[in-house]
Amino acid sequence: MGLFVAQILTGLANAAALFLVASGLSLIFGVTRIVNFAHGSLYMLGAYFGITLMNTLPGAFGFWSAILLSGLIIGLIGVIIEICVLRPVYRAPELFQLVATFGVILVIQDLALMIWGAEDRLGPRAPGLKSVVRIMGEPVPQYDLALIAITPFILLGLWWLITKTRIGILVRAATQDREMVGALGVNQSWLFTGVFFLGSALAGLGGAIQLPKGGADLLMDLNIISSVFVVVVIGGMGSIPGAFVASVLISVLNVFGVAYLPQSTLVLMYVVMAVVLLLRPYGLFGREEKAGEHGQAGEPDRPIRPAGLYGRIAVAALLAVLALIPVFSGSFTQVLLTDIIIFCLFAASLQFMLSTGGLVSFGHAAYFGGGAYAAALLVSYSDTPMEIAFMFAPLAAGLLAILFGWFCIRLSGVYFAMLTLAFSQLIWSAAFQWYEVTGGDDGLVNIWPAKWLSGTNAYYYFTLIVGVGGIILLRHLTHAPIGYALRGTRDSARQAEATGINVKLIQWTAFSIAGALAGLAGGLFVFSKGSIFPNELEIAKSFDALIVVFLGGVKTLSGGVVGAGFMEVAKDWLTRLEYWRLILGLVIIGVVIIAPDGIVGTLRKVSERIGLRRTEEFMK
Amino acid sequence: MLEVTSLNSFYSKAHILNDLSFSVGRGEVVALLGRNGAGKTTTMKSVMQLVRPKSGSVVFEGTDITGQPPHRVARLGVGFVPEERRIFTDLTILENLEVGRQKARSDAPVWTPEALFEIFPNLWERRHNRGKAMSGGEQQMLTIARTLMGNPKLLLLDEPSEGIAPVIVEQMAKTILRFKQEGLTVIISEQNLHFAGAVADRAVIIEGGEKKFDGSFSTLEKQPEIRDAYLSV
Repeated sequence: MGLFVAQILTGLANAAALFLVASGLSLIFGVTRIVNFAHGSLYMLGAYFGITLMNTLPGAFGFWSAILLSGLIIGLIGVIIEICVLRPVYRAPELFQLVATFGVILVIQDLALMIWGAEDRLGPRAPGLKSVVRIMGEPVPQYDLALIAITPFILLGLWWLITKTRIGILVRAATQDREMVGALGVNQSWLFTGVFFLGSALAGLGGAIQLPKGGADLLMDLNIISSVFVVVVIGGMGSIPGAFVASVLISVLNVFGVAYLPQSTLVLMYVVMAVVLLLRPYGLFGREEKAGEHGQAGEPDRPIRPAGLYGRIAVAALLAVLALIPVFSGSFTQVLLTDIIIFCLFAASLQFMLSTGGLVSFGHAAYFGGGAYAAALLVSYSDTPMEIAFMFAPLAAGLLAILFGWFCIRLSGVYFAMLTLAFSQLIWSAAFQWYEVTGGDDGLVNIWPAKWLSGTNAYYYFTLIVGVGGIILLRHLTHAPIGYALRGTRDSARQAEATGINVKLIQWTAFSIAGALAGLAGGLFVFSKGSIFPNELEIAKSFDALIVVFLGGVKTLSGGVVGAGFMEVAKDWLTRLEYWRLILGLVIIGVVIIAPDGIVGTLRKVSERIGLRRTEEFMK
Repeated sequence: MLEVTSLNSFYSKAHILNDLSFSVGRGEVVALLGRNGAGKTTTMKSVMQLVRPKSGSVVFEGTDITGQPPHRVARLGVGFVPEERRIFTDLTILENLEVGRQKARSDAPVWTPEALFEIFPNLWERRHNRGKAMSGGEQQMLTIARTLMGNPKLLLLDEPSEGIAPVIVEQMAKTILRFKQEGLTVIISEQNLHFAGAVADRAVIIEGGEKKFDGSFSTLEKQPEIRDAYLSV
């Protein structure tokens, strides 16, 4: 009994920081409709600033002022981000904003590395609260009790701010209809900036307040962001009480998970999230999203048409060059090109569902890694010949996508994206924690191709044929009836339905096809590397795919492929630099703001302007 | 008070307003008439700068407001009541009014929630209720009241009689006449010629985004061919 109570108390104390960060994210999303991926980075910065300030300011007064000051500083940093990065893209489609905040993550990671170094920092303990209290015989840290006491006041304070003050009324009104709030004379820009300040400050407070229990390291940002997403989605996007209830739920669950099911702690959280989303698609306290609220902004999409004669000649020429590469260059180039082709196929599969289908997935790595793991498991445990194991990769990934897709397509917009993320994290945590089967962090090794493919040349050609074949298949599907139907569901689900298209079935099919082809890329990947590790299933991998599709051009067909090629080459070059993340992050932010059409889209516009291409007529 | 000159507005590439010019004097009630899709709502939104005109200008009390953000236009004293009402359904009636509140102006009638509840007694009874379960008429009253909380000098009413019961329409007409007495300048867009004639001093008829008629209702009555060409269904 004593242990049980102690564990509940630990869970409640852990909930404090999680709630602070989650309520900030929720608040920002509610008003600006931006899912701020960089929110975890603000939390990390809060922790680092907290340590620096606590080491400077003395005593208990210094400790608590350091926490408040960290919140203030992070709030101001949030304001800078809002003004410099997000203001220019408020009118852009959701994906652009997401990608921009992802650029911010990269920039902050390297800035933190520059300022505080790579070493993990241990948090100072709170003066006056360093010992433990015995509760029913079990030791409970005093600081935990302090956190448990503080959290309700923060909740109360936020609740008061949101429900009782003019600012809160404006925030709630803007959550529902920001244009109307503007037409009534409220300066939206400052309202947004204010909300960003508050949300960021809460993240900073969260980072600083958890210091005595944890510390600061450079992985905190992505580590917390997935828990925060889970909390916000379970509680309901935009709901503060929801964030509180869900933080407590997840934190307590985690503590008990560690105690009783140590191998399933990570999985547990995502299972709970998936179950909640299935029963209450908009979270425990969430409100149903109105259709069309997140519709595409900007000019309508161009009609997609098959490549013309010149396009075909250019592609044929490129393929001829690729086919001749082994004659001219060494194995290094071939290995690099193998990586590029695999990534291109992976990106093209995401682009198929994202651009053609309007289905923004945050968890596409699940199918890439899932396919790779499926093949690797077959080879490791039943000595399956490579040819059969390889074919199993797209099959397994496809089946996985059919299963997960059935759940995901019931939701749309941000909730769809979050559920795809949850499922991919589920697969990741299984690979990471189910040590006996997947080898956990050590991965699965010695997964080599069959003899006839084992040479660098042979595998290069194999990848070229399979990879290009996959990409061409996706392109054909886009121009086939299913592609037309899919675009119909993207542009107007309701009208598509009225014309007799089974919207959900089409989306489910597209989801499954995209999953299977991602699995194909995974199969190529695992046999080219000879091994597979859980990091191929990470959020970062899913984001990589999102970013290259975006860099290449969301509204183009070849964007994913071009973007992936560009990114792999750029990374090969950039990673030789010490602070390559900073540069990449700035490039991403720059592209979002300056050239939101991506590489392909921008090239097309430029060539139209100088008269190389006919401007396409639409909407006379 | 309001001077609209050669306005051209687009929705993406569709040309909605075509060289539209008209003016409204202080204290006047002007009815913007025309069929569905004639450009009435776009005209109002262009004045409010919710739609940014491609060319032309909107001058309010000597200030050129073309290209200004909508909140600045509102703060200069232009109040907009949208056709779709756009109540904040998660907020109570009192909170909805609070969103619209602006500082008092010396040259415009000053409104308080109490004064507005006097005009719209239905709202008083439900002041602590959320905007969700309201009838069309009540929603319309609330949007008007919300906009008046900004103490506007010029009120833009987009199709106030649409979708509400005939009894309420009559009440609405009386209310608009009362605003006129208080010294408000009003532009209403209407399809209901009868309602417009009862409240407005002057009619501006538009069709295909172009002005087709600008004059008093008595002049309009003498030219039935205009009414038949641009207003009857």
